[in-house]
Amino acid sequence: MKKRVEDLTVTDNRRLTDSFFVLKVHSAEGLPEINPGQFVQALVTESPATFLRRPLSVHDVDHSTNTVSLLVQVAGPGTERLSRLIPGENLNLIYPLGNAFTLPSAGEKVLLTGGGCGMAPLLYLGRKIHESGIKPHFALGFRNRSRVLENEEFKKLGQVWLSTEDGSEGHKGFVTDIPAFRDEHWDKVYCCGPEPMMKAVAAVCRKREIFCEVSLENLMACGMGICLCCIVPTTSGNLCSCTDGPVFNIKDLKWQTSG
Amino acid sequence: MADLRIKIGSLKLRNPVILASGTCGYGAELEDFMDLSELGAIIVKGTTLEPREGNAYPRMAETASGMLNAVGLQNKGIDYFEKHIYPHLAEYDTHVIVNVNGNTIEDYVELSRRLSRLNAIPAIELNISCPNVKKGGMIFGTNPASAREVISAVRNVYSKTLIVKLSPNVTDITEFARISEEEGAEAISLVNTLLGMAIDVRTMNPKLSTVTGGLSGPAIKPVALRMVWQSAKAVKIPVIGLGGIMNADDALEFIMAGATAVQVGTASFIEPRTGVEVVKGIERFLVEKDFDSISRIIGIIN
Repeated sequence: MKKRVEDLTVTDNRRLTDSFFVLKVHSAEGLPEINPGQFVQALVTESPATFLRRPLSVHDVDHSTNTVSLLVQVAGPGTERLSRLIPGENLNLIYPLGNAFTLPSAGEKVLLTGGGCGMAPLLYLGRKIHESGIKPHFALGFRNRSRVLENEEFKKLGQVWLSTEDGSEGHKGFVTDIPAFRDEHWDKVYCCGPEPMMKAVAAVCRKREIFCEVSLENLMACGMGICLCCIVPTTSGNLCSCTDGPVFNIKDLKWQTSG
Repeated sequence: MADLRIKIGSLKLRNPVILASGTCGYGAELEDFMDLSELGAIIVKGTTLEPREGNAYPRMAETASGMLNAVGLQNKGIDYFEKHIYPHLAEYDTHVIVNVNGNTIEDYVELSRRLSRLNAIPAIELNISCPNVKKGGMIFGTNPASAREVISAVRNVYSKTLIVKLSPNVTDITEFARISEEEGAEAISLVNTLLGMAIDVRTMNPKLSTVTGGLSGPAIKPVALRMVWQSAKAVKIPVIGLGGIMNADDALEFIMAGATAVQVGTASFIEPRTGVEVVKGIERFLVEKDFDSISRIIGIIN
């Protein structure tokens, strides 16, 4: 799949919470094929403190309107600047980057789990799975009720279970405490979220011998496999999370958690 | 049309713009974005005799107008390079130069000998300036006697074009420029990264696993430019300038300061087409100013 550098046009910028927003950008050239799990490198302009591009997960894709959605969390001056983009402004992207999640086979039962910004790639993954004729299930975890991100689009695709650490919404605890995750049979589990969450999910899946892919968010400079900064120790040595990932099967990662 | 051709020793380049080692992979990574034949040359990533895993994560920290890296020469070694990477490189219609690294003088010599047998590699860049390895690298490039010894030893076994990449982490870079020239290098490239560090005050930890790393990007450009200007006056061999070049004007500054050629490095991470844009910008400048050749402006600043 050919990568490109392109100026896309912002068509919408919607606040979800004080720190999360969804950017929609339109490609006049027409979108290339984009697979769930892939990401973009966004150029941040007019932010002197920001030197490098910002890697952002593809949240959703609408090929009928050539629009990509990006779920972004304000984490510093770069993403703060992106949060102030207004419709009509340009956003320069290098995309599509990285590998993709392995889609399930017909008849498989799948769980998509994550939290916070890690929810970003799960919507498009869920949509692709739904299009293939499988109903996805979602387990989404948050710190508390005020941090819960809207999940209406997820509900249109399949069952959604929520967890909060204080129990203020959904199940009390982590996503791994959601009874359906613990007790039901799963053929494939996909996870994207904070590292402790992914490690906990991976530990459960390893124990139950469930196929599990996680999407990592390492610090990177280029996103194209050149700088070798975003490395992940794997069973086949240090790999780039930008080109060999961001999606990895947990059996290839050197994660030694007992769960 | 202006004549952009330049010479580095016996090596003829169609223009003075080279992609710097460690910032263009093996070329293939950038082929989606540009035609590599529009460049003067590419210098592929730092290579060692043995495979290396590099340093632990995190290896990168963004800084004001630049970045620190502590990759530590991760590469698959010369055997893998020769078997799996070289065949593709040999098809490029641009000069491919290999950046050579080692722990010991014997490593540098053996690797240079191996590379001299590869027909499609017309030159090597002897890296005596990597700040991110415990042995070799910058240790050779910051000690005059060691620098002389390794350059001389490689010169004895390598008859094609030899470029020495110098470290800015020295008091007087012209001393190393002169040593390179005296030991028979055809050119020097400068500067490699400046040794730096950054701390995350919230976690109270260094931002790099190695604590210190190499600073690159526009933050170092004025320092690099000064060192290129000094070195170009100190030696007769061509100087290849690099350090924070983001556009054609930056490249022209280095050329006016005395660089015969330039390398585009960190900029490719942000805008992968920077190299070809710099070529176009230099040509536009020469045409606008009515210079028939790049040679008219090399070292125009005394």
